[in-house]
Amino acid sequence: MPQPTPVVRLVDVRKTYPMDGGNVVALDGVNLVLQPGDFVSIMGPSGSGKSTLMHVIGLLDRPTSGQYYFDGTDVAKLGNDQLADLRSRRLGFVFQSYNLLPRTSAVENVELPMLYAGVREGERRRRALAALDIVGIPQMAEHISNQMSGGQQQRVAIARALVNDPKLILADEPTGALDTKSSDEVMRLFAKLNAERGITILLVTHEPDVGRRAKRIVTFRDGKIVGDEPVSTAVLAGSAP
Amino acid sequence: MNPKTLLRIAWQAIVRNRIRSLLTMLGMIIGVAAVVITISIGVGARVAVAAQITGLGSNLLIVIPGSVTLNGVRTGTGAASTLTPDDGLAIAKLPHVAAATPGVGLRTQVVAGLNNWYTQIAGVAPTYTFIREWHLASGSFFTDADIASSAKVCVLGQTVIQNLFPDESSPLGKIVLIRNVPFTVIGTLSRKGQSASGTDQDDVILIPYTSSMQRLTGTVFVSVIAVSADQQQNISLVQREIVQLLEQRHQIVGTMQDDFDVRNLQDIANAASASATTMEFLLAGVAVVSLLVGGIGIMNIMLVSVTERTREIGLRIAVGARGAAILAQFLIEAVVLSGVGGLIGVVFGVAAAAAISIFGHWPMVVPLSGMMLAFSFAALTGVFFGYYPASKAAHLNPIEALRFE
Repeated sequence: MPQPTPVVRLVDVRKTYPMDGGNVVALDGVNLVLQPGDFVSIMGPSGSGKSTLMHVIGLLDRPTSGQYYFDGTDVAKLGNDQLADLRSRRLGFVFQSYNLLPRTSAVENVELPMLYAGVREGERRRRALAALDIVGIPQMAEHISNQMSGGQQQRVAIARALVNDPKLILADEPTGALDTKSSDEVMRLFAKLNAERGITILLVTHEPDVGRRAKRIVTFRDGKIVGDEPVSTAVLAGSAP
Repeated sequence: MNPKTLLRIAWQAIVRNRIRSLLTMLGMIIGVAAVVITISIGVGARVAVAAQITGLGSNLLIVIPGSVTLNGVRTGTGAASTLTPDDGLAIAKLPHVAAATPGVGLRTQVVAGLNNWYTQIAGVAPTYTFIREWHLASGSFFTDADIASSAKVCVLGQTVIQNLFPDESSPLGKIVLIRNVPFTVIGTLSRKGQSASGTDQDDVILIPYTSSMQRLTGTVFVSVIAVSADQQQNISLVQREIVQLLEQRHQIVGTMQDDFDVRNLQDIANAASASATTMEFLLAGVAVVSLLVGGIGIMNIMLVSVTERTREIGLRIAVGARGAAILAQFLIEAVVLSGVGGLIGVVFGVAAAAAISIFGHWPMVVPLSGMMLAFSFAALTGVFFGYYPASKAAHLNPIEALRFE
């Protein structure tokens, strides 16, 4: 093959929801390709379909029509259990509200996806500690999640997303609940994971400052892609420390 | 996912919500404890009844005088003076009768040396010890010769010995004054304990029935004839034979009312056992209801728990949990809650049963099968009532679950 398999390939994807008095169109013929190593920001006003796109790409929702190839596989042909297995082995999620298990230590939170991927106990612990090391908080492994700061919690969440060595990390407003400093640290972490480990990252945000930290910005409006352009190296260099 | 991991996930959820888990289990604990106590009471009562029946004597029948009508007033059963020692001798000669003894009695003050005591005097025949399956602790029992001579000899129960001869090593050969008649102690009875009605069977002095009738009371009638059938299956037969014999001896014909009554202790035992069964059913009903309530409690808390942990469930689905894994997690959680609750309930139940038997003087027997039954029922209740909340959790839409506030 002359080119590597795209991590994500959406072909004319539509998603409609039944509502009172007709259907609501959330995605209106979206075509999008993410290559391995991409770092993409999806920007747009709320209600533009960003979240729906995220859920479709994250295999939590199925398109109404059109094709979605995840890592070369047509997901329409997969059952719910196979989608669950893909989520546990090939995808990582990062949420605005962290979504850590309460009253649970950081390392146990990071182990969670591996429980469902069938990783053995000793291996789970080893990989979880390694992931916490990558996100820079190895000393907090035994801390209880809800006693940590927002920035620390989001780092635990990122460790959880990368622990299964995924093809793609999906981040839904990952800095939405963080202050500027933590926000900056989290974005630097994403850049590092993308650069050093080659993980493809798809980031949904409505903050232009955050969006510009990616390599490519896809702009959304009314369920359609209205812009898709690389972030200039000058901007990238300017925002880097 | 292996079962160990699933168990561990469920266990984590339980210990992270200690108070809630404990409250959830409370219903199960009470339910299972109730079941264990119920079974213990039931089985204990049965064992006690069985022990008392054998304690009364083997294949025992009791003949007592019937009621009489005097000037239109009907006295109660046993009031009539109709049975004689000769009736007893005649009954003893019937086929399938192993032994028979007339019985007369009085309660009176007795004196031995400086001690005195109010007790039951029972006038009986030498076959009494055989009929009651009562062995001697020391000495010997009176004989047919003693009956013939109305001998002034007696055999003492253990309670009487304690009260009349507290300091003596043996009362044998000592004199006991019964209504100022001196009786020589020739034997002592082994300890028998309480009767079914709770009276102290060891508080008794046995003397020849002839001695009682001639030397103490001057009566010619006996108050009871105790009969032992040779085999258990012949009890009913013997009962009919006695009725025939006594009707003949007492010249009762046609529609005349019998002036005696033959009681089969097996009937009494069956009645006692039947009432124990009724009690058991009643208690079992209460226990089942409390288990049901416990199960519904588990379902309630699990439903609340599923709602409260909607985001957690959404997250688990997002990071790759299959529906079956979510279902298993909550189902196992419910089963572990009810199972642990059941175990604690068994412990409490056994402890309560022990306490009741020690302080309540009620015989309690805790059978292993009963404990297993209560525990399995608790676990099953967990599966039954845990399924609906678990299935609700497994079918949550992850997108909505993750947005849930």
